Amino acid sequence: MDFDLMITSFPKLLGATVITLKLLSASLFFGLFLGLFFAILRLNKNKFINKFAYGYSYVFRGTPLLVQIFIIYFGLGQIEYLRSTVLWVVLKEPYWCAIIAFTLNTGAYTSEILRSAFQTIKPGIIEAGKSLGISSKIIFYKIQIPIAIRQSLPAYGNEIILMMKGTSLASTVTLMDLTGVAKYIISTTFKPIEVFIVAGGIYLFMTFVIHNVIKYLEKKYSFQQ
Amino acid sequence: MELLAFGKTGWGDELFYATLMTVAVSVTAMLVGFLFALIFTPLKLSKYKILNFVGNFYTTVIRGVPELLVIYLLFFGGSGAIMYVASIFGYYEYIEINAFITGAVAIGIISGAYSTEVFRGAIQSIDKGQFEAAKVLGISRFGQFYKIILPQMLRLAIPNLSNVWQITLKDTSLISVTGLVEIMRQSYIAAGSTRDPLFFYSFAAVLYLLLTYISMKLINKLEVKYSRGY
Repeated sequence: MDFDLMITSFPKLLGATVITLKLLSASLFFGLFLGLFFAILRLNKNKFINKFAYGYSYVFRGTPLLVQIFIIYFGLGQIEYLRSTVLWVVLKEPYWCAIIAFTLNTGAYTSEILRSAFQTIKPGIIEAGKSLGISSKIIFYKIQIPIAIRQSLPAYGNEIILMMKGTSLASTVTLMDLTGVAKYIISTTFKPIEVFIVAGGIYLFMTFVIHNVIKYLEKKYSFQQ
Repeated sequence: MELLAFGKTGWGDELFYATLMTVAVSVTAMLVGFLFALIFTPLKLSKYKILNFVGNFYTTVIRGVPELLVIYLLFFGGSGAIMYVASIFGYYEYIEINAFITGAVAIGIISGAYSTEVFRGAIQSIDKGQFEAAKVLGISRFGQFYKIILPQMLRLAIPNLSNVWQITLKDTSLISVTGLVEIMRQSYIAAGSTRDPLFFYSFAAVLYLLLTYISMKLINKLEVKYSRGY
């Protein structure tokens, strides 16, 4: 065991954790809206819209995240037309490409989580709202969405942790996130175990925090109080 | 379409073999994972706290750390560890482990953690009376597990194992970083030499979708078979 290496690499890895957290929070933020949007499309009665939303979630859940990042980072740059548009400002940066890929990926999983949460809401609750004369828009925003969010908390907590692990793939498109820096230190010092313990410890700590925050929220918003 | 021609002019045959490689690695990793689950599930269900701790440590660490980090650990540390063990037995030559084995073991360790959780959940949800009834009937311990617990457990475990299989299949794309020529690596090579990454990575996505679609169909058949009578 090389404890000196563990101590000297800790601040470097901690610095890289900032990028990991930035990637995670940005993609979760955009992904939540995207997921909500597609979950609502899934509940639409129009068959075409419904199939479109299903297709989106099927494709993004059925292919590896690595393929999705590579298509966006290496693939889209190939289209001449895109290079001349404003979009290119965003698409030439690996940082934004990673965030776009993560957002699309987590959006697909989130839409499934929210859809099943919407479907488990008892029709009686919606009927009660209707009979009180509440407009269907307000029923949706003030009754259905809060219940669906509470329902989907445990599954969404898992998704956050999966996404946190997913951000490690940003290192494959040259970003120096926690895994990227860990790989760099491993390949220069050839001490994989020491680096794994430190980097893995940081990841585990983040998992631990996310897990407990979700648990707290679940308790706070539980139905039986 | 010329890009996908079989033979020397296109990448069709290369991608076909790469797909077979992905399937081979996934199946091997899944089996390695079952082996790990076979060891760690009893530990998690054990009465002894220390064994519980070992079981929980494995599943918590592996499920909380990115797959890529585990792969790097094995890729950079695997041959070192084997050489260390070999040196105890007096063998000091350089040992290189093949990329297939490294990849299958790395993904196997990850898939094993998920399988362990699935098996633990399935065993715990079997009614205690089933164990007691089997004991009362004087069925041997082996018979108890093999004829009574296992069939009931499989019915509960198969839907979740199908999720583990999907995760494992998609995780194999990460072994491309070690140089094993599976779908992802082959697409990377093809994209590099033809300068057409959009086409090849999209085609890789289609191949993965095809694999997940076919395996879903097959697993659904298994599910029907094991839920007979319910």
